[in-house]
Amino acid sequence: MPAPSREPVLVMMSGGVDSSVAAALLLGAGHEVVGVTMKLWGGPSDTGCCAVSDVDDARRVADRLGIEHHVFNFGEDFERDVVGPYVGDHAAGRTPNPCIECNRYLKFDRLVRRADALGFDRIATGHHARVIDTPGGPRLARGIDGAKDQSYVLHVIDESVLRRLFLPVGAMTKADVRAIATDLDLRTATKPESQDVCFITNEHGRKSFLGDRIPLRSARVQDSEGKELGSVSSVELVTIGQRKGLGLAGGSDPRYVVDVDAAPGRQPVVTVGEKADLAVDLTPLESWRWVGEALDDTDLSFQCSAHGSPAPGRVVHGGVEWAAPHRKIALGQSVVAYDAHGCVVGGGIADRLPI
Amino acid sequence: MVMTGSDEAPEIYLDHAASTPLRRAARAAWLDASERYHANPTGSHRAARAARRALDDARDEIAATLGRSPAEVVFTSGGSEADNMAIRGVLHDRGGAAVCSAGEHHAVLEPVEHAGGVTVGLEADGTVSPEGLAEVLRATESVSVVSIMAVNNETGVINDIPALVDATRAYAPDAVFHTDAVQAMSWLDLRVHVADADLVSITGHKLGGPVGTGALLMSDGVVLDPLILGGGQERGRRAGTPDVAGAVAFAAAATGADTERSEVVDRLGALRDRLLVGLRSQLGDLVLPTVLDGGAPVVAGIAHIMLRDLEAEALLFLLDAAGLRASAASSCSSGAQDPSHVLAAMGIDRTVAQGSLRLSLGHTSTDADVDAALAIIPPAVERLVTHGGG
Repeated sequence: MPAPSREPVLVMMSGGVDSSVAAALLLGAGHEVVGVTMKLWGGPSDTGCCAVSDVDDARRVADRLGIEHHVFNFGEDFERDVVGPYVGDHAAGRTPNPCIECNRYLKFDRLVRRADALGFDRIATGHHARVIDTPGGPRLARGIDGAKDQSYVLHVIDESVLRRLFLPVGAMTKADVRAIATDLDLRTATKPESQDVCFITNEHGRKSFLGDRIPLRSARVQDSEGKELGSVSSVELVTIGQRKGLGLAGGSDPRYVVDVDAAPGRQPVVTVGEKADLAVDLTPLESWRWVGEALDDTDLSFQCSAHGSPAPGRVVHGGVEWAAPHRKIALGQSVVAYDAHGCVVGGGIADRLPI
Repeated sequence: MVMTGSDEAPEIYLDHAASTPLRRAARAAWLDASERYHANPTGSHRAARAARRALDDARDEIAATLGRSPAEVVFTSGGSEADNMAIRGVLHDRGGAAVCSAGEHHAVLEPVEHAGGVTVGLEADGTVSPEGLAEVLRATESVSVVSIMAVNNETGVINDIPALVDATRAYAPDAVFHTDAVQAMSWLDLRVHVADADLVSITGHKLGGPVGTGALLMSDGVVLDPLILGGGQERGRRAGTPDVAGAVAFAAAATGADTERSEVVDRLGALRDRLLVGLRSQLGDLVLPTVLDGGAPVVAGIAHIMLRDLEAEALLFLLDAAGLRASAASSCSSGAQDPSHVLAAMGIDRTVAQGSLRLSLGHTSTDADVDAALAIIPPAVERLVTHGGG
C-alpha cells in the first residue's frame, strides 16, 4: 500500500468493484482522491464499461465514499486510437486486442496527460497487477490473484507512468476485493465482471460490427497441399485454431485452421490441417520491446492471450523459441515475456508463420 | 456570491442558463400555496375550488407577462415537455413534415429527427436566417410544424422570430409555428418578440421559479394531439393533477422577471461586457472572436467564448475546483461533455469548438462574481495551454 500522504490521486473508476475498492483503499490511506470515469464509446454496449449505468455506479460509489467524481469524454480519441485500428487490423487479416490499445493510448496516455494538466501527480486504477520497485526501475508484475491477473493487457504501460501509478487491488484476491466492497456497503460489491470487447454487443456480435464498417471478404478454404475444400464468407472472423464454421464436410478427422492469409489485394486463403499442425517450435515476432535490459537467449515465460497459460521459451533471432512445441499464434496477437518473479520484462506482436 | 460548505471556496455561480436560483418571492409563494391548497383542483368542494382559483390566478398572471390570453396557457412539467408536446402533438394530429433549426435544444431536435424531419443550418453568426428557412420550406413537401428557438441556449444569440414567422406564413402557410422561448423569457419581452408564434415553450427554472414547472402557450385555433391522456385537465390538452404550488411559484417568478427585466438587462449586460473585456485583456488572442463580435444580437446574460488550443472539459474541472461553476456545450446523460451541435451548425470546426465556455449570469449575479471569474479563469486557461490543452 502507498504510504499515508495527502497526495492528490486521480482514480479511474469504471463502475466495477475493483476500481471502487481501489478508490476506497487510497482514501483510507490518506490520499486526496478524485474519481473519474472515461466515456469512450457512444454507441450501443451491453458488455463493457461505457454504459450510462456504469457511470451511475461509479458516481454513486464516489458519493458513498465522499469523493468527487467527474466524467471525461475521450470518445474521439477512442475511435481514432482503438476502434479504427481494430477494424483496420481485422481487414488486414490480423487478430488485434483492443483492450491493450485502450490501455496504451487512453488509460495510460490520454488520461495521464489530462491528469498532468489538472495537477495530479498520481493516478490509480483497479487493475489486478502490481507495480514493484527494482534496481532497474519500477516494473509491472502479475497480480496476486492468478485467475484475475491483468498484467498481460497492461504490459504497454510506460515506465514513466508506472512510477506514478497505484494499483491498490493488485495485491489482493478478487474475493478480498469483494469482501471489502461488501464491508463498505458499496453498490458494486456483487456486480458481475465486464467481459469481451466493450464496443461490440453480445446481441449483434463482431460480424455485424465489422460488416457495418468494412466489406467482409470471402476466403477459399484449402488443405496444406492447396486442395480446395470449401469457402467461408468472411475471412475477418476466422482465427488460428478454429474448428467450427468452416463449411467442411464431416466424416474425416477434425480439421483446424492452421493459417490465415488475408493480405490485402488478393483472394484470402484459409488453410486447415490436423491438430498436430498447430504445434510450432518458433513464433516469429513482428516487433519486440524489452522493458529494461535486453534478455535475448534467456529462459523466460511467455503469455500470448489475456487468459492464456504462460509457457517457457527464449527470445532468439526475432522470434520466441519454445521449450516445448507451442500452439500457433495469430498475426497481430501480443506476446508478453515475464521473468521468474512474474515481472513483465518485454512484449511484442506475433508475426505470421506460414505453413 | 453564495457560500457553500465551510472548507470550500465560495461559489461563483455562472451557470444561470442551465438553472438559476429560486427567487425569494417564488419560494415564499410555493411554501404558502403548498400549505394552503391541499386539495386536488379538479374536485368540486370548497378546498378544491380554492386550489382551482389559485391555479387559474397563476395562469392569469403568467398570461399577463406574455401578452396572451389565459386560455392559451397549458401548464406542463417544463420546457422539454412543452417542446415535445408541440412537435409531436402537431405531427400526431396532422401528419406531414417537421422543420427546425440545426441549433435547437435537443428537446426539439430529437422529436424532429425522430419523425424524419428536416433541419435548417445556422448562419455563421449563430442566427437562423429567414431566407435560409424559406429555402428549406420551399424544398419540403407538406410541412406541418416549424420550430425555431427564440434564443439559443449555448450562444445566447437571438433569432428574429417575427421575420421567421413571416417566412413560414409565406412558404408553408398551413404550418404551425413553434418557438422554444425557454432561454428568452428573462431577457426579452415575449409580448413583442414571439407575439406571432402559434406555440411557445417556456419554463420556470430559468426565471427563478421551481424546476418542474413550465407551459406551452397555444394560440387560439391551434390543434394538437395531447402527449398525456387522462382526466381531461388543462382543457383536455394535458392530463394529470395540476401542480398548484408549482404554478403559483412559476407565476411569482414570471412577474419578478418581467418587472425587473429592463433593469436586470442593463445591469447584467454591463457585467457580461466587463467580463469579456477583462478576459480579452488578460488572455489576448487565446480568446477567439465571439458571437458578439460577429454582430449577432445576444441576450444580456450569456458570455459564450471559445478558447484557442484547449479542451473545455479540462478547463471546467479546474474552474470547478476553484469554485467557479460554468458549462461548455450541452452535457450528455452520463455527465460527459459532448461536442456542441450548435457550434457545428454554425460551421465552426470541431477542434475550435472543443474550447467553448459558456459563462451565464442571472438575477443573483454581482460585480464580485465577475471579479472572481476574472481572477480564476485566466490562470486556469494559461495552465492548460502550457499542458497541451488538457
